[in-house]
Amino acid sequence: MIKATDLRKNYGKVRALDGLSFEVSPGTIFGLLGPNGAGKSTSVKLLTTLARPDSGKASVAGHDVLREPAEVRRAIGVVAQRSGMDRDLTGRENVKLQGQLQGMRGPELDRRTDELLEQLGLSEAARRVARTYSGGMQRRLDIAIGLVHRPRVLFLDEPTTGLDPEVRAAMWQEIGRLKEDEGLTILLTTHYMEEADRLASHVAIVDRGRVVAQGSPAELKASLHGEAVHVDLEGANVNGNVQAALRGVPGLREVLIEGRALHARVDDGARAVPAVLAALDAHSVPVATVTVARPSLDDVYLRYAGRSFAEADKHEETKEDDQ
Amino acid sequence: MTALSDTWALTVRDLLRLWRQPWFIAIVLVQPIIWLLLFGDLFQRVVDIPGFEGSDYKQYLVPGVLVMTAFFSSGWNGMSTIEDLERGVTDRLLVTPARRWPLIVGRLGQNAVQALVQSLVIVGMALAIGVSFDGGPLGVVALVLAALLLGTGFAALSNALALVTRQEESLIGAVTFLQLPLTFLSTAFMQKQLIPDWVAAVADYNPVNWAIVAGREAVQSNPDWGTVAGYCGLLVAFALACTVLATRAFRAYQAQV
Repeated sequence: MIKATDLRKNYGKVRALDGLSFEVSPGTIFGLLGPNGAGKSTSVKLLTTLARPDSGKASVAGHDVLREPAEVRRAIGVVAQRSGMDRDLTGRENVKLQGQLQGMRGPELDRRTDELLEQLGLSEAARRVARTYSGGMQRRLDIAIGLVHRPRVLFLDEPTTGLDPEVRAAMWQEIGRLKEDEGLTILLTTHYMEEADRLASHVAIVDRGRVVAQGSPAELKASLHGEAVHVDLEGANVNGNVQAALRGVPGLREVLIEGRALHARVDDGARAVPAVLAALDAHSVPVATVTVARPSLDDVYLRYAGRSFAEADKHEETKEDDQ
Repeated sequence: MTALSDTWALTVRDLLRLWRQPWFIAIVLVQPIIWLLLFGDLFQRVVDIPGFEGSDYKQYLVPGVLVMTAFFSSGWNGMSTIEDLERGVTDRLLVTPARRWPLIVGRLGQNAVQALVQSLVIVGMALAIGVSFDGGPLGVVALVLAALLLGTGFAALSNALALVTRQEESLIGAVTFLQLPLTFLSTAFMQKQLIPDWVAAVADYNPVNWAIVAGREAVQSNPDWGTVAGYCGLLVAFALACTVLATRAFRAYQAQV
């Protein structure tokens, strides 16, 4: 339903996409997962025909994004990161305007508008100007706007960023329902691991403008053998004494130290933890907390991008805004 | 057909937004009255200058103020586009199947309605203070039409600037930079035979002056319709050129988005 092949895009000297490729099957939710600035929003802009790639090819719903942009635009609904609703129009007026621009008219448009507003719990607020809406209501209005013309493919660019946990949970439910009831193909970008894990049947992990790993969340997690050990150190790593301490611990793989955080993989967490603690203690490295866990998508990211998610996010935030 | 109904839908959208700002509407309606009364009084002794034709300055001033008002308010039309850019509305509209030109012309429609209402207020006020439109109703229609054409051109230019600069400050700077010079490089306040030759020469190429000359000609007794039509033709060309420019500015915007 969506196919991206070797997409490249530069903004001046900033390389936003560096040969990104992936494919989305009909009727599934596909998660593009990555930290801020990884290239997720750029991918959405290219696939929704807002921007043009420097090179590479992409098609959506069977139409080439460069050669048949109008057909693509008829087939897709877009919920961008930056809302896109008109705050001075009512919810109803916003949905209707979008429907008109999508070629809908008269009673059919009225019916569809009311139905959507009802479905998304906005009936009561339908005749209020959108600037009076709460964050969650605005997001639901964005979705109503994106769905009015019954698209076959829906793009959700960071749909839950900035929402409260409860609102986020409700949004997840809504997104799941859209796939189930309406048979929509959904491309979801997110930088919440949990969100991709919950919603997407297929995930592509994006780092520095390219896909570094893809598969179902279960497959990706299974590709990591054993368990993840995370240690928070009490102090910084001085003169590599942490590395020195760990050198003697058997079975410790993929060791990564970022400031006070230590990540590693082991076959058997219960057995490795005492050995790790003993080794650190022997080199006088005080430890704050230790956790052992079955692999999460966080660990998958760590494994394939070579840095932890939180670190990548922090790094990107110091650069310019998410392209 | 679709493009026309898209244009209409977008004009209605902008009119609704305007309608929900009562203070702005009040200012838009009161300001031209102030221009008319203030300038009319301030410069009333201009008629005493040797060589000035006519004896009532307000009579001379009305077409100038009417055109100036349309010109001034149209310059700000691009501010809505800046707001749309910041809020992500433009991006949303650009990924609908709508053509690009209705996105501009829809906004120009709202601008024209606003300028029309302002023009009618000025005509009403002018009649109230004893100004007569000797060319009759048709002359008034031609005057208002010239003002709307000029406004459409500058509103389109304002949208083009908005899409290229994408910054409120830059647009405000550009608009204020153009407004007063273009207003004074015309016969809005002073008759042609009384202004310096170089100003008169520049005014020939100034669309603001085209609208003023056309409008003033149309409201006198026995207007020369050829002159009116000629200048209106120039204004149509100007408005079209600016609209094409603004529509093309979407490409410049999308190239960097």
